[in-house]
Amino acid sequence: MTNPLTITEKIILAHTNLNSVSPGDIVNARVDIALGNDITAPIAIKEFDTIGVCDVFDREKIALIPDHFVPNKDIASAKQAKMLREFAKKYDIKYYFESGEVGVEHALLPEQGIVLPGDLVIGADSHTCTYGALGAFSTGVGSTDLAYAMAFGEIWLKIPYSIKVIFDGEPNKWVSGKDLILFLIGKIGVEGANYMALEFSGSTFKHLTMADRFSISNMAIEAGAKSGIFEPDEITEEYVSKRAKRDYIIYKSDPDAEYIKTLKYDTTKINPQVAFPHLPENSIDITEASAKNIKIDQSVIGSCTNGRIEDLRIAASILKGKKIAKYTRLMVIPATPEIYLMAEKEGLIDIFMNAGGVVSTPTCGPCLGGYMGILADGEKAISSTNRNFKGRMGDITSEVYLANPAVCAASAITGKISSPDEVA
Amino acid sequence: MLLKGKVFKFGDNIDTDAIIPARYLNDSDPENLRKHCMEDADPSFASNVNKGDFIAAGVNFGCGSSREHAPIAIKASGVPLVIAKSFARIFYRNSFNIGLLILEADTDSIDSGDILEVDSDKGEIKNITKNITINAKPIPKFMSELVSAGGLMEHARKRVKEGF
Repeated sequence: MTNPLTITEKIILAHTNLNSVSPGDIVNARVDIALGNDITAPIAIKEFDTIGVCDVFDREKIALIPDHFVPNKDIASAKQAKMLREFAKKYDIKYYFESGEVGVEHALLPEQGIVLPGDLVIGADSHTCTYGALGAFSTGVGSTDLAYAMAFGEIWLKIPYSIKVIFDGEPNKWVSGKDLILFLIGKIGVEGANYMALEFSGSTFKHLTMADRFSISNMAIEAGAKSGIFEPDEITEEYVSKRAKRDYIIYKSDPDAEYIKTLKYDTTKINPQVAFPHLPENSIDITEASAKNIKIDQSVIGSCTNGRIEDLRIAASILKGKKIAKYTRLMVIPATPEIYLMAEKEGLIDIFMNAGGVVSTPTCGPCLGGYMGILADGEKAISSTNRNFKGRMGDITSEVYLANPAVCAASAITGKISSPDEVA
Repeated sequence: MLLKGKVFKFGDNIDTDAIIPARYLNDSDPENLRKHCMEDADPSFASNVNKGDFIAAGVNFGCGSSREHAPIAIKASGVPLVIAKSFARIFYRNSFNIGLLILEADTDSIDSGDILEVDSDKGEIKNITKNITINAKPIPKFMSELVSAGGLMEHARKRVKEGF
């Protein structure tokens, strides 16, 4: 009989040869999916080539997703994307996606049923924690870790302590998963969960979609967390069952599992949040943010945090029949081709373009200051992305304000940071 | 290991975009990354840093992205050691994996320009300029073994050669 365990401890334990694990233990774990993108995989590929193995550990357990600077933004980026393509060809990597089928990695892999509940996923991308929304243990690592995992299918991991985060109550109008995670980061700070696993639960999540859970797990890293996990329930099953490419296992925490702390919030008291420059922890209520009369030059709706169809639908519901403010830019970036096509069929693309917005092919693009909407000196953007560090989206003197897609859409219409209520 | 060097001091929450901005991530050549190391925190860092100098910082150094380009850029600048009050998780593991030494210590008394003598095995940091000695948190055994094995890739190559 082992100790009572959290979902995180159970999943990691199941991927080792051990009989028990405790927080703080360093273990060698088997990985179900090892992920890299066009920025991180090139270093991993170079390292992999020095190891001396003649093949990858499993061609069906590696995902190479060229999404950051693809479609290639310049010659140097094209060379990096080429490295992924050549490696994928050489080892016949099953989950390599070419332009046209590629999407933002953390939207694409769950959508395609490649990452599943109970998986242990490592990715050379900090937002790999997104798959916690499915009830998987997934965490961001570096390129060297990816090289090692591609060779041996293993990763060294420290068993994290878990923080239980409970949101109870029905969310207010316009409040999404993005607002709950910005609110939490505002409470605990950008280092508040460093090295730890966040485990989310509470009655609020019965009222929200998988897209909300993805946004929340996605930004666990913005509190320093190793992972951000949800116990799978019928909402998870409904999402996963029609997409899964293989069998999966549902894990749940034992009722008496130990948490380093438990945080409980009343969702009915939370309004949409805006995180001010230059840290995601600088979140304030939209009414307070709106009162500051902050003029914006650009609004971005997209990314692994908020580029899903639910995000585009809510943005379109606000932009329908309206025009964005003069001298303001709106960038809409559906996160995957499937989302793009759904948005097309549902008439959302028409709405965005008629409002004066630009609709881009799926890419991480401006989120990390790559391309497709870079800011000039002194410019301000409101963005549905995940980071507002200094210079994140362009010039070092530019500013990024983080918000949900509804707030981004409303702000594009008024040209200043605004609540959706102001334009409805 | 005994190290002696001059400090470049930074504040809290130095993120990976400050260490190596994404605009330079279309390349992973250490020499090219070195030219832009710490650019968005201190644009003069790359031209002023000398081999053997240290970086010291406040809490949560290396927060943000998983880009290994960040510790690579620091290592390529000739900086053998970063001392901070705390490190973000992925930066921490990346540094050990690539063999960049990092120590957790109270850096409040350390300022830019201070000369430090560091015994990394003992975790002893002597501030020669200020005549103060501070102690770093001990490095977990697994991590120090990883560093003495030459980092994760050296371990990987050994694993293939010796077949374990």
